[in-house]
Amino acid sequence: MIDDALLRTLEEQARSLRVEILKMLNTSGSGHTGGSLSAIDVLTALYFQRLRHDPTNPAWPERDRFVLSKGHAAPALYACLAAAGYFPREDLQTLRRLGSHLQGHPDMNKTPGVDVCTGSLGQGISQAVGLALANRLAGRNSRTYVLLGDGEMQEGQVWEAALAAAHYRLDNLCAIVDQNGLQIDGNVADVMNIAPLGPKFLAFNWHVVEVDGHDFAALMQAFDAAEQTAGQPTMIVARTVKGKGVPFFEHKASYHGVTPSDDELERALEHLGHA
Amino acid sequence: MSEQIATRDAYGKTLLELGRENERIVVLDADLSGSTKTAGFAKEFPARFFNAGIAEANMVGMAAGLSAGGMIPFASTFAVFAAGRAFEQIRQSVAYPKMNVKIVATHGGITVGEDGGSHQSVEDLAIMRALPNMTVLCPADGPETAAAIRAAAACQGPIYIRLGRSKVPTIFPAAATFAIGRGVTLRDGTDLTFMATGLMTARALAAAEILAAENISARVLHFASLKPFDSVLALQAARETKAVVTAEEHSVIGGLGGVVCETLAESCPVPVERVGLRDLFGQSGTGDELLLHYGLTAAHLVEAAERVMQRK
Repeated sequence: MIDDALLRTLEEQARSLRVEILKMLNTSGSGHTGGSLSAIDVLTALYFQRLRHDPTNPAWPERDRFVLSKGHAAPALYACLAAAGYFPREDLQTLRRLGSHLQGHPDMNKTPGVDVCTGSLGQGISQAVGLALANRLAGRNSRTYVLLGDGEMQEGQVWEAALAAAHYRLDNLCAIVDQNGLQIDGNVADVMNIAPLGPKFLAFNWHVVEVDGHDFAALMQAFDAAEQTAGQPTMIVARTVKGKGVPFFEHKASYHGVTPSDDELERALEHLGHA
Repeated sequence: MSEQIATRDAYGKTLLELGRENERIVVLDADLSGSTKTAGFAKEFPARFFNAGIAEANMVGMAAGLSAGGMIPFASTFAVFAAGRAFEQIRQSVAYPKMNVKIVATHGGITVGEDGGSHQSVEDLAIMRALPNMTVLCPADGPETAAAIRAAAACQGPIYIRLGRSKVPTIFPAAATFAIGRGVTLRDGTDLTFMATGLMTARALAAAEILAAENISARVLHFASLKPFDSVLALQAARETKAVVTAEEHSVIGGLGGVVCETLAESCPVPVERVGLRDLFGQSGTGDELLLHYGLTAAHLVEAAERVMQRK
């Protein structure tokens, strides 16, 4: 269990990261708002509590690896990396601009702290499997975390990778699915239903935990359970709300790839207590 | 006839040697390890061999992840499944991030034979050439393949190497060296130049021999490195012989014929005849029957040479 002080710290961290995400998306005028806001609590738990990493030494070989398989949530990742100290906060305002190191989707060769290039859905999880295999071969104690979208589960490659992770008994791999229930064309259940997700991964021989993806205590418990699991990779099915934290964005597929206008930003920041 | 050895066999043997020399070499396959010849490595180094099963997309992704984790992955399957089925994985997870992944695709071209057109890649070189950051190699014989595999292991970055199924005559000495980006002059000549890659290089040499009997002096250049391409060597030959015949076991679109025409058109436009698959898929048959059927023999190269000489 995590104590109240830590809980409050993480909640405050996530609140300020939401502010950063909304501001950078308002400035860039393009990018993915809904999926960044649904994923930010999971990312906060990882970057500010769970991951062993060193922002002053991004190439530290013993670091834990994080793969944002749902690469369109790049703004959420960039907000975390900046807050952790990988690069100056001001850089966030250059998101998606020509010459910026903050590309529309994560680029390992441009952004300090990004471990692999992602953006084409389904590919990050395979790379995470490869990273976990490399860590095991090299005798490194590092863990690999990979965050997927629930729409992304429709990609066949995800299931190829799921077979492989269980086949190789990758207990140093922890996947999280940001189950916000929405994709560009509407409800995941309507576009191409992937339910039931937990039982599918159980059948694929994974250790499966289902949690509220906005509950830090539950997330930390799930990460603990993953680390204590031997011989199996873990899938954390994190139930989330697309657009979480900004009431007029919540549960709306229409905010998948739309950024907040000036007016929306003002109202969102007010709601987040950021005058 | 010189010794015959399939380039895939040379690959398997070289992988084993590399595996013994360097612990960071890892190998991936997609249920074709007997055919791609990675099975020897798998047997000697089971901990460093990953069979993805029949799942090429994930194989390429895992290779990228292994590379990100500091390993030097060689990933193998047939050329149709590597460059074709896993194209977007090679694009996004390997070429775009410049991962140190070596895609070694066997069973390139029509000499796959009896399996037929579904399994004969005639477009892989074109697809791979079009990718930024990608190096594209197509060695001619066993010794050159061994040297190319070693060069690939020693070089940082993504490489696509196309190998064949069938036994091919040995052209290069056992201790061949290989320089990525360099072409090789195998025979000097003044009347025209054959520019060949892969198993067609041996046929170009045979064609030059036939032409010599007719008092036509044909130069033979071999380009195992389609990208980067040795434009200096190609342009020099074009300037000096003023006629070029390209030869490849691949579509005439986008492969060696493509790169030669692109290069010459910009700097030294001379008549070119492209010998290769004329925008066609293959079919079942023996390798030799198919080479004859699609016009990829020494006799066909001689005809192309005569045609190009007329256009000088």
